[in-house]
Formats: sequence, structure tokens, C-alpha cells
Amino acid sequence: MELMEETLTRLESHKTQEVMILMERVNKWYQDFHVLKDIDLTVMAGERIVICGPSGSGKSTLIRCINRLEAHQRGRIVVDGIELTEDVKAIDAIRREVGMVFQHFNLFPHLTVLENCTLAPIWVKKMPKKEAEALALQYLQRVRIADQAHKYPGQLSGGQQQRVAIARALCMKPKIMLFDEPTSALDPEMVKEVLDTMIELAAEGMTMLCVTHEMGFARTVADRVIFMDRGEIVEQAPPEEFFLHPKEERTRRFLGQILHH
Amino acid sequence: MSSSPSLRPPVVRIDVLRWLRENLFSGPVNTALTLLAIYLLWRFVPPVLDWLFFDATWQGSSRADCHPGGACWIFIGQRFGQFLYGFYPIEQRWRVDLAALSIIVLAAPLFFSRFPQRRRWALGYFLLTPLLVWWLLYGAGILGLATVPTDQWGGLMLTLVIASVGIAGALPLGILLALGRRSQLPAIRIVCITFIEFWRGVPLITVLFMSSVMLPLFLPEQMSIDKLVRALIAVILFEAAYLAEVVRGGLQAIPKGQYEATHALGLSYWQSMGLVILPQALRLVIPGIVNTFIALFKDTSLVIIIGLADFFTAVHRATVDPEWLGFSTEGYVFAAFVYFLFCFGMSRYSIALEKRLARSEKR
Amino acid sequence: MTPGETLRGGGPRRWLYDPKIRALAAQILTVLAIALFAGWIVHNTVHNLTVRGIASGFGFLKNPAGFGILQTLIDYRETDSFARVFVIGLLNTLLVAALGIVFATVLGFLVGIGRLAENALIRGLSALYVETFRNVPPLLQIFFWYFAVLRAMPSPRQSHEFLGAFFLNIRGLYVPRPIPAEGFAPIVLALGIALAAVIILRRWARRRQEHTGEPFSTGRVALLLLFGLPLAARLIFGAPFTWELPQLQGFNFRGGWVLLPELVALTVALSLYTAAFIAETVRAGIQSVPRGQIEAAIALGLTPRQRLRLIVLPQAMRVIIPPLTSQYLNLTKNSSLGAAIGYPDLVGLFAGTVLNQTGQAIETIAMTMAVYLLISLTISLVMNWYNRRMALVER
Ligand SMILES: Nc1ncnc2c1ncn2[C@@H]1O[C@H](COP(=O)(O)OP(=O)(O)OP(=O)(O)O)[C@@H](O)[C@H]1O
Ligand SMILES: [Mg+2]
Repeated sequence: MELMEETLTRLESHKTQEVMILMERVNKWYQDFHVLKDIDLTVMAGERIVICGPSGSGKSTLIRCINRLEAHQRGRIVVDGIELTEDVKAIDAIRREVGMVFQHFNLFPHLTVLENCTLAPIWVKKMPKKEAEALALQYLQRVRIADQAHKYPGQLSGGQQQRVAIARALCMKPKIMLFDEPTSALDPEMVKEVLDTMIELAAEGMTMLCVTHEMGFARTVADRVIFMDRGEIVEQAPPEEFFLHPKEERTRRFLGQILHH
Repeated sequence: MSSSPSLRPPVVRIDVLRWLRENLFSGPVNTALTLLAIYLLWRFVPPVLDWLFFDATWQGSSRADCHPGGACWIFIGQRFGQFLYGFYPIEQRWRVDLAALSIIVLAAPLFFSRFPQRRRWALGYFLLTPLLVWWLLYGAGILGLATVPTDQWGGLMLTLVIASVGIAGALPLGILLALGRRSQLPAIRIVCITFIEFWRGVPLITVLFMSSVMLPLFLPEQMSIDKLVRALIAVILFEAAYLAEVVRGGLQAIPKGQYEATHALGLSYWQSMGLVILPQALRLVIPGIVNTFIALFKDTSLVIIIGLADFFTAVHRATVDPEWLGFSTEGYVFAAFVYFLFCFGMSRYSIALEKRLARSEKR
Repeated sequence: MTPGETLRGGGPRRWLYDPKIRALAAQILTVLAIALFAGWIVHNTVHNLTVRGIASGFGFLKNPAGFGILQTLIDYRETDSFARVFVIGLLNTLLVAALGIVFATVLGFLVGIGRLAENALIRGLSALYVETFRNVPPLLQIFFWYFAVLRAMPSPRQSHEFLGAFFLNIRGLYVPRPIPAEGFAPIVLALGIALAAVIILRRWARRRQEHTGEPFSTGRVALLLLFGLPLAARLIFGAPFTWELPQLQGFNFRGGWVLLPELVALTVALSLYTAAFIAETVRAGIQSVPRGQIEAAIALGLTPRQRLRLIVLPQAMRVIIPPLTSQYLNLTKNSSLGAAIGYPDLVGLFAGTVLNQTGQAIETIAMTMAVYLLISLTISLVMNWYNRRMALVER
């Protein structure tokens, strides 16, 4: 239980009263398979949420519903006051507010690091190229990778690629950042550099939803930890409570599995 | 909003209307495309079907029995023997049938993975069946079978002979060329690259021309070779170059560690190739070899240029026969159907093989 | 000798096991064997040629050909030399190849995209097309179009007529011939100006976008320019062409251009056949772009059109272009099948007719093969260069 004994200084919370994401009784099916079952979730502006749970429990599906990479079939999702419907305008508006970081980075291999970052500002936000480049360099600086701006993604290490992916998402100045297991495709020695970047981001007050099994990270930054199993939110609580006094049997078993390794 | 837990998907039945809407009429462009496609189908499919089946003549014995307006399949029926055997003497055709039968029956054990001693059987099969088939087809007076000279061979039988001898002869040469192309020795590498790129750069038809007019010049005056053998030489050289590239793909796919392991074990070049690398590489490229065979099977039709009477030539000749003039559409459609059956069947087989390989790779 | 020395393998025949010497020996033996074989062939050939009384060499190229040719793209008379016949054959080959490449590319891309369409009917029809046409030998397809379709056309008097200007009969496809008229120069000029204007406009638009971020959709203005200017020129200066329509006179058509049935059959068959392969290439190329790429583009808020243009196409084209060029090469090589229906291409004309007339088998076939080799070699050099340039940078 090495992790439990570590004394981690918690980040100050930026939570406000403004609701950023609202999910009400959200349901989703793949054909007959019920992936999301009556999900209710409210995320305040500045709140940092970590989602964990066994494989196949629907974590990815949940956060992919927020920017409509997947469509939900029942219930309501409201992001920053805009309701997600079939309306293309609403979907576009939401995607501009929401940045996403993928497990496998998904950088565009035919574009340089800089071009990866300026692509969306130029084409989606109609930003002048010069301005977009300046902005991109600024964010690349922040993820400490500005010196690699003119390389291609294939020339970078996994950790570097993931930091570029974070910078790319930040260049759209999103209000919300979604992370889908951003460190699970990385070699152990690269995990820290990516987590550090994410912790900095959290310290600045970004609203974050993060699917991860990095429990140290959860304890440092999360305002709330959510445990999912078989398409349901089984338990949600602040990290101290979640790790020390889990209420549900399923949570306890899961924590036992990942912490006692 | 209802308070009962919503446990069933909103649409459980997949009903036809919904499928239609989602797949065919999901937007203005899609709807327009669907309507266009339906119009084209309605315009062309019924007349084609009428011609092929409903208005076609199936029974009769001469062109006088043909109804106008539809296909006259009597023509195909009348000439079927020629399409299969060419001018192979009618009373000897049983030899061709027997050869085909023995190829199929003797191959059957190879497809049962539980057959004991499959490997030994395969070795025997690939060494002995060609001899058996050659004896049955050519005869050469051995054991009382009369000689049927190759200029009487023809039809589908000749097509199959050219395609299978072509691929079987080309494979060993192709493997050697592929090894040579990856050799450390510059002279051997250059020779192999030149050979491969030369044959891949020219059309088969020029190679066939070459075999028919240039080959006799290349050989000593008194040595004359059979027209079929000349064509076979051309096909083998040509296909070997293509197979070499296929095999090279397989050799490249073998991880470097395998090569290093053979060195570490102290195997010689030929041992490491023969015992370790090639068995793996060849397994990988079986689909590629089947694809090359399909291409070759289609290309055999080119022998019409040098006057061999393969299946395609037999059909073409029948269509210009004064007795059946005006039935060329029937002839070509039938030929296309036969080629399609063979090529499509083999391509499905190669896809299935590829899938099976991919699955066993993962494990 | 101490045992240690024996172990190290010292000995008089040690060189036999020296890998360097073995390698050298293997190479020398190979080269020697090939040289001997080549020498044997040359010897036989020289002997055979003298026996048959054939003079070798390329001198025959200067001799007059003395036969007519069905289709010539440049002037030709029977008294012209065999060298000119060679050029005519080459041009005819290139004509079929160029026509075939254009049609096959257009059709192939349409069908390839159709195989990935949302519309199930289009998907099915595209698959049907591909499986049908690629599994039937190209020669059979050529024969079908030539003998079963075009040679079965009616005589000129009963021609099939389209739009009053196109006539299809057993002699070929007759199309109107454009003759430059007064309006020709102005329209060409207008088109040139429009083209230049569009290029300048696009540059300006890009610069403006880089500076201010304001996009400017050049598409519509470009269309307006490209069609509007020539149209204006047409209205002011009159028609650019007068069309010479084919006209039935007696038993045949006069005027217009005639596309020979051989040319039509060959072009149609090769285009349809190659399009099936191109369609598969295109489909594989588009499918090779990983799903994650598209998801990342969606998450960044790119529109479907931007996704296609900025993410999918640039990545797919890298995968598509190399096999696409090898399909072009195949089409060019397959155009030699025209020889079987009497189309006067390089093979039919030069390796066929000229060879028969002169008996210069080695020279004619070598020249013919050299042309194809040259084309193949050039294209593969260009492709190697392209692949090296376009390869995704990896570490
Ligand atoms: N496109 C799809 N079609 C059908 N089923 C799917 C699809 N995508 C996901 N699923 C199923 O939905 C379930 C939830 O998937 P999801 O990717 O959300 O799980 P997860 O919690 O993110 O798991 P992991 O930790 O492995 O990433 C899984 O059982 C998966 O098999
Ligand atoms: Mg997941």
C-alpha cells in the first residue's frame, strides 16, 4: 500500500457554481448491448473528475458521448449550456469547447508537430496563420516540447507525442478537456512527464474528465473519483473518501485489485 | 419523463422500413443515388435476364431451333466437347477425364489435416502426379497408350495444363530469384534484379512472340521444339519474375531475429534458408501465389496469338465457324462465366487463406 | 604442429573455407555460366541467320514499308520507312494508353469510393462491378466488345444515331470534328486569362487567410471566371469551332472523325478492366487511414469536408499512388493485346506486320521490348523517388 502512505499535497480546487456538463439518465446501446445505463452526472466548471472501472465498463463510451464521437440514444446531455441533439450547429459548437486526448495519441502523421497544433485554429477558428503558430508555440512551450515543433510525430517518443496531443487540444482554448487513458499506451518512464503536464493543467483550473487508472494522479488532482462498472456509475466520492472508505463492495474489490499490485 | 428504468434499446426490432431509411434514403444525395441505381437496375437487369434465361433456347440440335430474341445455348451445348478437350481425339477423351479425376482424388487427403503422413503424401503427390498426368495425356506409347501429339490438345484442358505447369515451373525459379535478389553477393544480386525487372517490364504477348519466333533461332539448327513447350518456357520465365517479387515480400516479412538465430546456431546459408526461413516465408505468401496463379490463368488466353487452341481460342474459333455465325455473344458470355467461376473461386480461397494466416499470426 | 593450431583450422586448404573467397568464387562462376550460355545462344543465332540468309542489323529501318496502316496519327504513305512505322505504332500505343488511363482513373475512383458508400445499393453495385470485370481475362473482354458488339453493328446506312451528330456502325464511331473558326483565338485567350486569374485569386485568398484568418472560398468565383470569360468571348466574337458533322454519302460517312472499332473496343475493354483494379486500390487506400485519425479530426471540430481534404485524402493518396501507377503500367502493357484484333499498336504493327515483312525477328522484338522496358523503368524510377519523398517520417 505504498501509494496510500505517500503524502501527496492536494491541488487547490477551482470548483465554481457554474454547471459545465450535465448528463441526465443517459442511455446508450450497441445493437442490443446496453453500454450506458441511466447515467446521471453533473460537472461544475473547474472541477476535475477521474473515472475508473474495469475494462469494458463503458468509461470511454461515456466521455466520447460528451463530444458526440458516440451518439447516446436516451436522456439529455448539456455541455456549457448547449444541449447535444442531432443539430449539427450545436454539435460543432460543443466540439469547439471540448478538447480530447486519446489513448493512442492520434497525431496526424503527415503534418509536423506545429501543423498538428495549428490545423484546427486555422480551419475551425479561422485564425490567421501567424497568430495560430504563435499560439501553438506557446502551448508547445508549456508542454516543454517547443524545440521539436518542426519534427514529424513519427520522430517523437510516446510521451512526447502525447504531450503534443495535449498541446494540440489546448490550442483550441477548450473549456473542458477529456482524457481517455492518456498514459496507458506509454512506457513507465514516460508516464510521469505526461501526468506532470496534466497536473499543471489542473492547477490552472481547467475542467477535466479523465479516464485513468493512475491512482496517485487521482489523489493529487481529482475533486471527485467516479467508479463505473457494467455501464453504471456505481460510486462517486472525493478521493480521500473513495480510497479510504469505499461504500460499495464492487469498488472495494476493484481497488483491491489495482492497488495491491 | 417516465420513471421506469429504461432497459431496452429504443428500437429493438430491425424493421425493413428503418433499414431502408438509414441505408438508402438518409439524405438528398443518398436518395438521388438510390433512385439512379434503381433506375439503372430496372433498365438493364430484366432485359439481360430475359436474354440469358427466360427468352433463351435451351433445347435443340441445330441453329434452326434457336428462337430469336434470346440467347441460344444450343450452340454451347453442341460445341461443349471442343471447349473442354479441343481436338483431342474423341475416343481418347477418357484419358483427359481420368487425369483430371486422379488430380482431384489424389489431392483430397491434403485437405484433411488429420490424414496421417500428410507431408509424405504431399511430396509424392507433387512429384508423381505430373508424371502420371503427362503419361495419360501424351501417352507416348508407354504401356499401350497411343501418343496424342500436343497440337491436338486444346480447350479448357490446355488452359489448365499451361496454367499449372506454368506456376509449378515458375515457383522454384522464382524462389531462387528472390533469394538471389536479397543476396549479399553483388554480382548475383545484379543478375537477379536484371532478370526480374526485364520480364516484369515487358508485356506477356511480346514474350510469347519471342518464344515463337526467336527461340528457334537461339537453339542449334537440328533441335526443334514443340510449340506448346515453347509457350510453356515463355510463361515460366515470365511468371517466375512475378513470383520472385511475391516471395521476396515473404522473405522481408520474416523478422531479423530469425536470421540472426540461424547464424547463432551455426547453420549454413542453404540450411538456414531451407530449414527455417523459406518454410515460414512461403507460408506467408501462399495468398500471393494464388493471386499470381489467377493472373496467369487469365493470361493463358494470350496463347491465341501464337496459335495454341486453349479454352478461349476454342470458344473464339467456334464463334467464327460459318455454321454458327452470329452467336459470338453467347460464346463470349459463356467463356466469361467459366473464367469468372475459376478466378472468383480462387480469389475467395486466397482471401480465406489470408484471414486464417492473420489469425494464426496473432496467436 | 601443436593441437591448438589444428583447432584453429590452419592448414593448406584453409582458403577453401574462407567466406570471402567462396563468395568471390560463387560470383565468378555465376557470371561465367551466364556468359557461356549467352555465347552459346549468340553462336546458334548467328549460325541460324546465315543458314536462312537473314542479314542482321537495323539497316532495314530505312527501307520503305510498302503497306497501308489502319490508323495513323501522323502523316504516312506506303513509301515511308519502317522507322516511321515504328513511330506510328508507338503513337497508337500511347493513344490507347492515355485514353484508357483517363477513363479507368475516373471510373475506378468512382467505383472505389462507391464501395465505401453509406448507400447499401451503391456499395453492392460497386462490388458487383469489381468482381465481374477483374475476374474475366482482358483479352476476352476486348474480343467481346470487338466481335460481339462492334462488329455486329449495322452497316453505315442503318447506323445508330445519337444527338444527330454521333453515328455508330460497323466501320466505327463517327464523331463531329471541330474546325477552328473566328472565335477560336479569343476563347483560348479568355480561357488563359481566366486560368491566370484563378491562380492569382487562390494565392491571394491563401495569403489573406494566413494573415487575417478570414477564409475566402475561391470555388465559386473560380467557376464563374472559368466559364464566364470564355462564354463572354463566345458571345462577342462568335463560335470557336464550326463542327464538321459526319454525313452519310452513298454507302459511307464523310467528314467528322472516325474512331475505329478496334480503338473503341480496346479502349473500352481496358478501361473497364483496369478500373476494377483501381477501385480496389482506392478502397484500400481510404481504408488504410486509421479510424483514430478521423476521430481526432472530429474532436478538433473539423467539418466532414475538411476532414476529407486535410486528413483522409493526404494520407490515403500516399497509399494509393504507388499501386495506381503500377495499374497504369499494366494498362499500357495490356494495350498490346490490341494486336489480337488488328489494332495497329507497337506490338501488332512492328513486332507483327513488320516482322513478317522483313523477317528481322530479333531486331523488331528487341526494339518493341525496349520501348516497354524504357517506360517501366522510367515509371519505377519516378515511383522510387516519390516513395522516398512521401514516406512518413519515422524515427
Ligand atoms: N462500436 C462498438 N460496437 C459494439 N460494442 C462496442 C463498441 N464499442 C464498444 N463496445 C462495447 O461497449 C463496452 C464498453 O466499451 P468502452 O470502450 O466504453 O469500455 P471501457 O470502459 O473504456 O474499457 P477499457 O478500459 O478497456 O478501455 C465494451 O464491452 C465494448 O465491447
Ligand atoms: Mg476505453
